[in-house]
Amino acid sequence: MIKVKIDGKEYRVKPGITILQVARENDIYIPTLCDDPRLEPYGGCRLCIVQIKGMPRPVTACTTPVTDGMEITTTNEYIEGLRKTIVELILSDHPNDCMVCEKAGDCSLQELAYFYGIRTNPYYGERRRYTTKDNNPFIERDMEKCILCGKCVRVCSEVQGVGAIEIAYRGFTAKVTPPFEKDLNCEFCGQCVSICPTGALMGKSSLGKGRQKDVKKIETVCPYCGCGCNMTLHVLRNEVIRVSSRPDNFHEGWLCVKGRFGFEFINSPDRLKRPLIRVKPRDKNSKELPVPDLNDFREASWDEALDLIANKLREIKDKYGPDAIAGLSSARCTNEENYIFQKFFRAVIGTNNIDHCARY
Amino acid sequence: MAGLATVFGSGAMTNSIPEIENNDLLFVIGSNTKENHPIIALRMIQAVRKGAKLIIADPRRVPLVRFAHLWLQHKPGTDVALLNSIAHVIVKEGLIKKEFIETHTEGFNEEFLKNLEEYTPEAGERITGVPKEKIIEAARLYAKAERAGIYYTMGITQHSHGTDNVFAIANLALLTGNLGKESAGVNPLRGQNNVQGSTDMGCSPNTYPGYQKVTIPAIKKKFEDLWGVRLPEKEGLTASEMLFEAEAGRLKAMYIMGENPVLSDPDTGHTVKALKELEFLVVQDIFLSETAAIADVVLPATCFAEKDGTFTNTERRVQRIRKAVAPPGEAKDDIWIINEISRRLGYNMNYAHPEEIWNEIGMAWPAVAGITYSRLERGGIQWPCPTIDHPGTPYLFKGGFPRGKGAFTVIKYKPSCEEPDLDYPFILTTGRMLFQYHTGTMTRRVKAIEALYHEPYVEINPEDALDLGIRNGDTVKVSSRRGSIVLKAMVTKRPERGVVFIPFHFREAAANMLTNSKALDPLCKIPELKVTTVNIEKFKED
Ligand code: SF4
Ligand code: SF4
Ligand code: SF4
Ligand code: FES
Repeated sequence: MIKVKIDGKEYRVKPGITILQVARENDIYIPTLCDDPRLEPYGGCRLCIVQIKGMPRPVTACTTPVTDGMEITTTNEYIEGLRKTIVELILSDHPNDCMVCEKAGDCSLQELAYFYGIRTNPYYGERRRYTTKDNNPFIERDMEKCILCGKCVRVCSEVQGVGAIEIAYRGFTAKVTPPFEKDLNCEFCGQCVSICPTGALMGKSSLGKGRQKDVKKIETVCPYCGCGCNMTLHVLRNEVIRVSSRPDNFHEGWLCVKGRFGFEFINSPDRLKRPLIRVKPRDKNSKELPVPDLNDFREASWDEALDLIANKLREIKDKYGPDAIAGLSSARCTNEENYIFQKFFRAVIGTNNIDHCARY
Repeated sequence: MAGLATVFGSGAMTNSIPEIENNDLLFVIGSNTKENHPIIALRMIQAVRKGAKLIIADPRRVPLVRFAHLWLQHKPGTDVALLNSIAHVIVKEGLIKKEFIETHTEGFNEEFLKNLEEYTPEAGERITGVPKEKIIEAARLYAKAERAGIYYTMGITQHSHGTDNVFAIANLALLTGNLGKESAGVNPLRGQNNVQGSTDMGCSPNTYPGYQKVTIPAIKKKFEDLWGVRLPEKEGLTASEMLFEAEAGRLKAMYIMGENPVLSDPDTGHTVKALKELEFLVVQDIFLSETAAIADVVLPATCFAEKDGTFTNTERRVQRIRKAVAPPGEAKDDIWIINEISRRLGYNMNYAHPEEIWNEIGMAWPAVAGITYSRLERGGIQWPCPTIDHPGTPYLFKGGFPRGKGAFTVIKYKPSCEEPDLDYPFILTTGRMLFQYHTGTMTRRVKAIEALYHEPYVEINPEDALDLGIRNGDTVKVSSRRGSIVLKAMVTKRPERGVVFIPFHFREAAANMLTNSKALDPLCKIPELKVTTVNIEKFKED
């Protein structure tokens, strides 16, 4: 353990970790744009600058390891002045259309502009204009809003192991892009969307569905594979409009394409809404793959459907015994549903003919 | 077999997902992790970045191969031969962990060693097609690692080769002492989100919740007391047996909750025929699936976002799901539905909230007794968790196996039922791709996914394609002894020569029209989903 002093207060910390890490562990706020604890330190945005006693120039907290006896100042007029200038420079070629931006209310840049009270901009200058649109179906890429923090590029290669995008060109024309400025064609995990501090990357299926106001957030678990990723459903007026995942869960907030962008089925018009009873007799001779057709059924009330099921099951049980009945349960149902389903077969029907599709 | 069999039979990971990052060796066999368990693959990539070695055994060049130090491209269905020959090398080169074997295992005897004799690297090469040098290297890498974890997907079913594979894998871990410690172990990756939970909950013909055998009288008695009824004595039918019994006319009624066996089970023709033979079929689902299409009654259920409850992921982590939106129309959750039918049959369940059911589960199965809804508010808990102050169990068998010793199993390689011949010269393997899920009922209703990945395809090796005069994107007909489907050819080096791959998500070209549900060979009594022989030809419109 070594000792450091931050803003006059002493802390005992592990050697080798960065100033920013120490600050985070102790709830000391240092603004950042390009840092994420889940990625390697980058040192690109310079917003996290701090002063160290005995050093002529401010250093970036995210890339500077603490040393014994270090005395650090995280905020004063000089530092805040520099930070404000940095934000102003970033905003100088930013579209500033927060009014209609999807990210409003959840945007790090907007938040910084707010805290530094940036209204008019002395640096306002030439803006980047990108007219070509990326036509991939998952991710809206609006590179005019990109602040080149490099997080998307890094998460794609460091975490996702894909490397689908890179920062091409230099200076004013620098730009995040897939190779040869083609449309994005990747695993569409959306890690980049989740980590982007601005509205440059957004999920297409969420566009125009709602921003932050009145949105309820509900913690749940992905319905797809056995990884069991935790997800937050963003719900507006009884519709799931977006999915996110908290960085503090067991999978660090990463999801795959199905978890992140695969929620549309919930509101599909094809969802079954009433019990159905068959009207068209089954064609026993055909072994062809059946074609689902609502016209083979008529709608029924719950009472009618449930009575029919209960009567049929009782009749078959009386005639052939309980072992003439079997149940298949689902790996997509909850534990509680699976439990009562097997209980139903064992305790109510009286058979152990109960299984699930365990192959995958 | 004590504890191990119970656990392996249940297919629970011995270790957990966050631990993967600290493995120093990962042996991934028969798992396309990057596409089927994407988040687990991310941890594997982190481990490799931190210096772990990665061995992949897979007939296909799966995406994770890019990160692998060693890729063993074995022929489909030859896993046991591969694993046994690796074990052979470990034993021959004296790389076993003697102390661990002596204190923690049994069955490391003459018979076991004798059986391994014949699986020399040369024999391994002959059967699997993997060069013997690679087999030897894999054995050395695995055995010499400090913390080596094996990752695989649950073979086929619990009654097939799958079990043999699991035992052959367990043997490796036992030989090298890679159990009962952090960042190692034997880790089956379960496919569907709550497949772990549905086995845990006793949706199996031979076990009550918590892997408690229905045939043990004391256990039966315990459940009779809990539920207040007499319970049946004999084991029930497995899913595949149900279909055979239905086809034979002995099984009269089935109730299918949230599954689509018509597309997901082998030999679609057989499944359809069997289900149509039933006197009465109830299907409960969120969409009118291909299986619901043949039902007598279809009940509209709720999806994950419309209900409360728990799921258990592949690392035994019990987690809460929460109701976020109201269900469409009159759709009802499964619990309400079962309550209602039960009541009509004279047994009152009357659960008002899933939490009441969970509390009953805790009474039935001590391993989750310490998990409560209020604890789950603060995040998931991994079973076993027997008491309210128990933190849960990230990895199993710390300090020994629950009921004594881990046992070695003598496993012999058995060739697959269908071997390629002149009529059906290719081996078909089926599986999943990243973007679609299972039978597609959910993902195929996501526009962005459909925009890019709506088309069924068959992966075929470039050399095979050349021989057959097939080019990338050509329409081809793939046939087996059971049926044929028409789809696009994707010419790619992913499968080796002689092997083709079809994802089973697509109803337009349902891969399971081709697969096998019946034993063709009297020796082999199991459905073999991963190995079917097929023929491929360019499709000509009649
Ligand atoms: S979606 Fe995933 S794979 Fe695609 S660019 Fe973003 S991070 Fe990379
Ligand atoms: S797109 Fe977003 S994450 Fe990527 S560099 Fe630009 S601002 Fe950063
Ligand atoms: S987000 Fe992807 S990896 Fe995670 S549980 Fe869902 S399907 Fe599996
Ligand atoms: S956060 Fe430190 S330089 Fe960007």
